[in-house]
Amino acid sequence: MTKLPYERPQILKMNAGLMNKYGTRTEYEPVKHIDGIPVKTLIAKYGSPVFVISERTMRSTYRSIQRSFATRYPKVQMAWSYKTNYINAVCNVYHQEGSWGEVVSGFEYRKALGNGVPGNKIIFNGPEKTTAELELAINNDSLIHIDHFDEMYQLIDISDRMNKKPRVAIRVNMDTGIYPIWDRFGFNYENGTAWSALTKIVESGKLNLVGLHCHIGTYMMVTTAYSIAASKLCDLAWNCKTQLNTTIQYLDMGGGLPTANDLRGAYLPAKDTIPSVDEFAEAIASTILNYGFKTEDLPLLILETGRAMIDDAGFLLGSVLANKRLSDGRRATIMDFGVNILFTSFWYEHKISPAQDFTQHTEECVLYGPLCMNIDVVRSAITLPLLNRGDQVVVHRVGAYNMTQWMQFIQMRPNVVMIDESGESHLIRATETMEYIEIPERMPEHLKTVKL
Amino acid sequence: MDQDIEPIVIAVTGLNAIDSPGPGVAVIRALRDGLPKNIRIIGLAYETLEPGIYLHDVVDKTYQIPYPSAGSDALLARLKYIHQQEKINVIIPNFDAELHNFIKVSPALKALGIQTFLPTQQQLDARDKINLFQFTAMHGLMAPMDKIIYSADELYGCAEIMGYPLVVKGKFYDAIIANTFEQAQKAFFKLTAKWGFPIIVQQFIAGTEINIAVLGDGKGNATSIIPMRKLYITDKGKAWAGITLEDESLINIATTFVKATKWKGGCELEIMRTADGRAFFMEINPRFPAWIYLTAGAGQNQPAALVKMAMGEAIQPYTDYAVGKMFIRYAWDHITDVTEFQQISGLGEL
Amino acid sequence: MRLKKNIATSESGFIFHPGTGDSFSANPIGADILLQLKEGVAPSDIKKTILDKYDVTANMVEKDWDDFSAQLREANLLEL
Repeated sequence: MTKLPYERPQILKMNAGLMNKYGTRTEYEPVKHIDGIPVKTLIAKYGSPVFVISERTMRSTYRSIQRSFATRYPKVQMAWSYKTNYINAVCNVYHQEGSWGEVVSGFEYRKALGNGVPGNKIIFNGPEKTTAELELAINNDSLIHIDHFDEMYQLIDISDRMNKKPRVAIRVNMDTGIYPIWDRFGFNYENGTAWSALTKIVESGKLNLVGLHCHIGTYMMVTTAYSIAASKLCDLAWNCKTQLNTTIQYLDMGGGLPTANDLRGAYLPAKDTIPSVDEFAEAIASTILNYGFKTEDLPLLILETGRAMIDDAGFLLGSVLANKRLSDGRRATIMDFGVNILFTSFWYEHKISPAQDFTQHTEECVLYGPLCMNIDVVRSAITLPLLNRGDQVVVHRVGAYNMTQWMQFIQMRPNVVMIDESGESHLIRATETMEYIEIPERMPEHLKTVKL
Repeated sequence: MDQDIEPIVIAVTGLNAIDSPGPGVAVIRALRDGLPKNIRIIGLAYETLEPGIYLHDVVDKTYQIPYPSAGSDALLARLKYIHQQEKINVIIPNFDAELHNFIKVSPALKALGIQTFLPTQQQLDARDKINLFQFTAMHGLMAPMDKIIYSADELYGCAEIMGYPLVVKGKFYDAIIANTFEQAQKAFFKLTAKWGFPIIVQQFIAGTEINIAVLGDGKGNATSIIPMRKLYITDKGKAWAGITLEDESLINIATTFVKATKWKGGCELEIMRTADGRAFFMEINPRFPAWIYLTAGAGQNQPAALVKMAMGEAIQPYTDYAVGKMFIRYAWDHITDVTEFQQISGLGEL
Repeated sequence: MRLKKNIATSESGFIFHPGTGDSFSANPIGADILLQLKEGVAPSDIKKTILDKYDVTANMVEKDWDDFSAQLREANLLEL
């Protein structure tokens, strides 16, 4: 006789509001497969926890975002934002699709070169660029986006010394009605600093001003902010043409498009409130098209969309380590993944689905990670079915920022697997080992022996 | 006669007829007055102690539905299930917070044969308190001046334009009236500590508060307009009693509002009328008010008219209503058994 | 471990505590345990039935039994 599936016994107090089982964000369906491969198989083969990236979703998302812009504007170029996820296999999927590279450090710059991105298709952003890194970028004819006046003068000096005229843009910050204004990066539009920088660049005669860049924020919920930003960049481009006799060849609108991940504290789910990529594309494209440029003068539109490109393609598979009851009666479930590898749980309420069948009985619980640290809370309150030790779960939309901001803290970072379009899985970053972690360590002679 | 035809099935939310009541029970009473006797009323409840659930001569059957925060997919899934059991003809949502989702699922509901009569998302956003001043100015109406600020220093500028007293409002709730810069600054810090940024500073308007229940046909015509003044309010600011008014200027601003927005469905205009007769829009609630049964009492049954319009009937705009009709709100203790509470709590249906 | 005498349980899993006025709902296995407790079945026998009927280890039953008892105690449903 086969035995019935077990569920732990439970009673719940009936309160006026708390009992609404139709009311909490319970996930209704188990997620047992990723792109056709059973979660159980993936965990058996690659261990738990494990990040899984769907190449199919990456490519279809890329094509759909590209299409949203390209059907509205004649000249569009994507640039993969390395900091969002710079595992080489991930970058190369986008490079194969046609993305340039967008990097914010010398480290990322060298990664892009290593992946085979031609130097003149690398956009070099960010507030820190060393002299050596700038020299490398100049020799490679990369697009250098200047962040502050100190960098501008540094670049003028280097160009003078190298007797080369690098291609540059400035990053512009501005008021688009969004608070806070990201005014720590680049030159301000409203107070005239941006215009002053543009004038100085052209007057120096040492730099080849080719573009304008802005990046107005992250997880933007309103499309009008992009219309305002595009219109302010157009103003600057127009003035460059008419007053500085310099044609701006491209406008780089940065990134910041949201995904359907729910921000902590948001009332309605993001899925219902975020505008579609089409709406953002419409806001940007129509602003530039209607600005008044001659058709042949229309600048190239560059987008550095990172989060919206990769988030949905990433999954984190994990397992239940233990269940316990806290002193105040709340249920706690301890998972084998925590904030060390799921960094985005600091600002998202990630959707988590059980990977096996369950009944309609649920319980609100706290979801902890495995770290012996009080901050390791994945979800402070989530309604889940009654999970047992060893049960598996799937965390959704983790493709962006986790595999770059994760910490080697207490635990090693786990395997990252990519499932290709034919449904084969490939290890693209292996679990860290003791040896790997200790490579950079050095032991002074007098500390080499320990006797206890 | 009524028994021969298929009953109209109408689902209604907002059954929380408590001290700060939702409009649902009042809407249902109006429907039972104004429509054939054999209508079937389905209650849609969020919490298990909403009184309407237990009033079986008001609500025929109640189902729990997901909180708005669960999202529109969850709402649609639940409504599909309820529709399978009940064959709903019309749904009337009655909470601000749920409208976003109901508007979002309304095309899917229509495909199932369920009618709604709701404003568009654009109409809903335009009357949001953040956009109210701009919105009214655009249509030749008036609202208190306001400014969204992030720093206490900006209070100087606000005071210069608006003068004292100022109303300092938190991002979500709370409003403090400030008579001096020091008071405004104190209010700013208190409210930012509680609700975060930004702070909304609003011009203070002294006057008489008037509420107008409006039903728009979605084409720019007001099917019904009933102005009411609260005679007495509870300590929560809710109406205890109110009376219908006759005033052409109030009818005119409501007509202007509906014409400008092409508002579809019910709404409540909260107006502050100054001593010199100017009318300021304080808030626009995008659904029927809790006192909506007064419209039936005054001769313009707005909920019944809404159902008829939702089902495709053309309704001539009402012209007359009884002036001096009053409502006096009362509470009674309804008796039930714990098994009913267990049933709605445990099974989500009663 | 004994359930208080006046506790009303139903097969659909509703529990009413007339002393406090609280209502509870149990999942099927919880409701089953409560009914058996009410009939005076010994905990060791109930646990044995669970082990026979469900796909579960003895350790897990033991752990969940303790947690369930804690829930019942917290809910004031047990004779002290």
